[in-house]
Amino acid sequence: MTGGETGGGGAPAEGPEASDGRRGVTRRRFLVWSATGVGVLFGAGYLSRGVWRRFLAGYANAGEFPYGGPMDPSLWFEIGVDDRVVLHSAKVEMGQGTFTGLAQIAADELEVDVGRIRVVHASTSSGNVDPFATGGSTSISSLWQPLREAAATLREMIRIEGARQLGVDPSAVTIDDGVLTAPAGSLTYGAVVEAAGEWEVPETPPLKEVSDYRYVRQPVPRVDLEEKVFGAPIFGMDAEMPDMLFGAVARPDRIGARFVSADGSRAAAMPGVVRVVIEDDFAGVVAETFTAAARALQALDVEWAVERSWSDEDIRAMVRTGRGTDHVIQREGSVGRAFDSGEVIEAEFTSPIGAHAQIEPGVALAHVEADRATVMISTQVVGLTRRQVADALGLGVEAVDVRPMFLGGGFGRRLHTPIAVDAARLSRAVGRPVKVTNTRKQEFQRDTFRPPTHHRLRATLEGEGRIGAIEHRVASGQVAIGSPLVPALAQTVIGHDIGAWRGGMIQYRAIPNHQAVSRTVELPFSTSWWRSLGLLANTFAIECFMDELAEAAGRDPVELRLDHIADDEAGRRLRAVIEACAAQAGWRDGGVGGVAPGSEAASAPTSAPTSAMGFAASTDANTPCAHVAEVRVDEGRIRVEKVTCVIDPGLAVNPDQVRAQCEGSVVMGLSAALYEEMTVTDGVLGPTIYGPYRMATLADAPREIDVEILENADVPGAVGEPPLGPIGAAIANAVWRLTGVRLRDMPLQPALDRALAGAA
Amino acid sequence: MVAFTLNGEPRTVDVDGGTPLLWVIRDEFGLKGTKFGCGLAACGACTLLVDGEAVRSCVLPVSAAEGLDVTTVEGLGSPDDPHPVQQAWIEEVVPQCGYCQPGFMMATAALLADVPEPTDDEIDARITNVCRCATHHRIRRAIHRAAEIGSTREGAE
Repeated sequence: MTGGETGGGGAPAEGPEASDGRRGVTRRRFLVWSATGVGVLFGAGYLSRGVWRRFLAGYANAGEFPYGGPMDPSLWFEIGVDDRVVLHSAKVEMGQGTFTGLAQIAADELEVDVGRIRVVHASTSSGNVDPFATGGSTSISSLWQPLREAAATLREMIRIEGARQLGVDPSAVTIDDGVLTAPAGSLTYGAVVEAAGEWEVPETPPLKEVSDYRYVRQPVPRVDLEEKVFGAPIFGMDAEMPDMLFGAVARPDRIGARFVSADGSRAAAMPGVVRVVIEDDFAGVVAETFTAAARALQALDVEWAVERSWSDEDIRAMVRTGRGTDHVIQREGSVGRAFDSGEVIEAEFTSPIGAHAQIEPGVALAHVEADRATVMISTQVVGLTRRQVADALGLGVEAVDVRPMFLGGGFGRRLHTPIAVDAARLSRAVGRPVKVTNTRKQEFQRDTFRPPTHHRLRATLEGEGRIGAIEHRVASGQVAIGSPLVPALAQTVIGHDIGAWRGGMIQYRAIPNHQAVSRTVELPFSTSWWRSLGLLANTFAIECFMDELAEAAGRDPVELRLDHIADDEAGRRLRAVIEACAAQAGWRDGGVGGVAPGSEAASAPTSAPTSAMGFAASTDANTPCAHVAEVRVDEGRIRVEKVTCVIDPGLAVNPDQVRAQCEGSVVMGLSAALYEEMTVTDGVLGPTIYGPYRMATLADAPREIDVEILENADVPGAVGEPPLGPIGAAIANAVWRLTGVRLRDMPLQPALDRALAGAA
Repeated sequence: MVAFTLNGEPRTVDVDGGTPLLWVIRDEFGLKGTKFGCGLAACGACTLLVDGEAVRSCVLPVSAAEGLDVTTVEGLGSPDDPHPVQQAWIEEVVPQCGYCQPGFMMATAALLADVPEPTDDEIDARITNVCRCATHHRIRRAIHRAAEIGSTREGAE
């Protein structure tokens, strides 16, 4: 990668020349001119470690996800003569706050004020391409070490070069906020870069102590606040190119529909239509405006073939434990022997199909020219998208530049963005840039859904209220298997679906016999990554069942859990989170207003308390989290008044953003657990619009969310997904304490409606 | 030809009168702060102010704005002179992905113009936009904070 490669006559607006001229920044890739070997050195070092193997093994065990992209400082950093630092992030910003955390980490090792760091998305032509994805709650944890090393290396390179310019030994130079000072004088980073000749690359210097950092572990405000509060055009939806047209692509309503033929004559006659494109199994329209494209799409007559009309009953029957191939994912002792010899307590749980429902629909802008293509898109998979576009156009990947834009929500929806290929096909057909947007209906119907699940829990109790054996069997639609992100070979090697069973292991490993068994089913529609993967459903089942065991054993549910936690590091961190959450929420024997199981109050609604607490905990990717939900039921309506959330993500790079992720996870999880459900009727998935697809609004969100952060590990761990785990179970457990009704099927509100209707 | 005032400037545009106001503002006038979410007035991402009223612009024909005063998030305030709602959104660090936030801020601006110090129940009833990052907790705090800032500024004038 050199400046020359992107410096042709048709240089993109963001290219080095334009950038130099407009912003007065010299040496955009300031190392490239003199140290092209550095990239190879760094890149090879990080890439040769069997990224995939480590990823898959690590992910399966603990959600660990080493960063596999290049860490050459020259690909990540750009320093201008105005001393501003631009950080080109290979991870995308979808709301999770990664840009802010990366800026903090870089500022501390670079020794500059965090306010001078501007974080932007790295385009693929910059050479800084994440070979995998932004997802799995891994952006900060996977970059924590390599980004600090890259920033520290860059700082030392500047120190060495600055010392040379000052005519002193590098050891005589001190650095403070981007200024090098020596007895001979001082220089800013920008001045050093401007006058630099050959760069000397030192060994990776020792990193600072965390206690010496100024920004890491501080609640630094988000670096993208201003753009987002004043309406800057930063999202994929906002992307523009000169002479841009608007496209729309036909997609079938019905599950499993196959393209047969299309008649574009009506659409072609619509006002503003530039071209109707019908190729192979593809039909789309290109028009002068968004509205014209949307109207023309309505007039595009496509014949689809459907072999079977699917129903909810069909899907439910497919997703059942006890049928198909089981994979044991966790086994200790023998649950079989325990179940043969003792009284078995048993319960079944289900969760529905869930939609991502992110507010920015799928959108991509592509410009295909004779021998190259440019794509501007909101995507979590920059590298995969580039490859898919290149393959579709018959170009090499280096001929395709993907420029990531801010995402109007990710949640896993944009871990597959073939809409870039749709835009590229339309652009190729008309020879102009084309922006394709999904309709909201397409977005709901053609989502990569959270798969429906079915769970069977069994356990035996021993004397003194202890659990002798427990087993969790989960059947789920696919998550990782079938995803274009996971190569077929890796899918074969691993065999079981690491996404579907996430959160499905028994975390109470002091139970002498425990086992978890996973089964996945390929459904006739696409199911895949949804924020936290299987965690929400698996935790719902296991943690509701733990409450049922507490009832059967006559134990306090929190104490029962604490009694079965293993005495190792993971166990101690889980214990600390559970104890802190119970203390913070004021949990006492069933919580405020709790109804003792089987008591008179439980069967006498008139004297029953008006609210109750429910408890649940989960461990996801090494991050334990516990929730206490305080719940009221008003005329049958479940109201979550307060949630106490305690999380231990290890070192919290930005405590305020950890908090924000917890608040968001609590309410997104509450929304999914209480209300959300896609259904299949006459072969069609619905609903296809917000409202009928009910999501929590301000009126449904808890008025109080109390987040406490523990940091019982010295490196950052997962944050964005783990706090989604416990919420469904915490609410259901509270509803039981309040009403005596066990809710074993999500979404919980309709389940309670049915239970109350049945009781009336 | 349709004529209306956009962020204080008189503007005219030659488009089909049935074109939703959202697309005229985004693609004819290039102001991208007003967002497309659903196209059926169900999510509120496209909320802007028409003569001070919060309107979901994805279903409002531009012809209906003839002669009226339209304000988008770009016209609400600027980094140098933020509207109390924007100031509160910054102080409370509300946005995550940020896509729905202009709609929430415009709906809040209209609410506070009507009800300068809304109760939680009034907020629940009036602000019905959808946010998938689930920033509801901070949005509520920011609405109360914006009310405070508004009353302070008013007192100062």
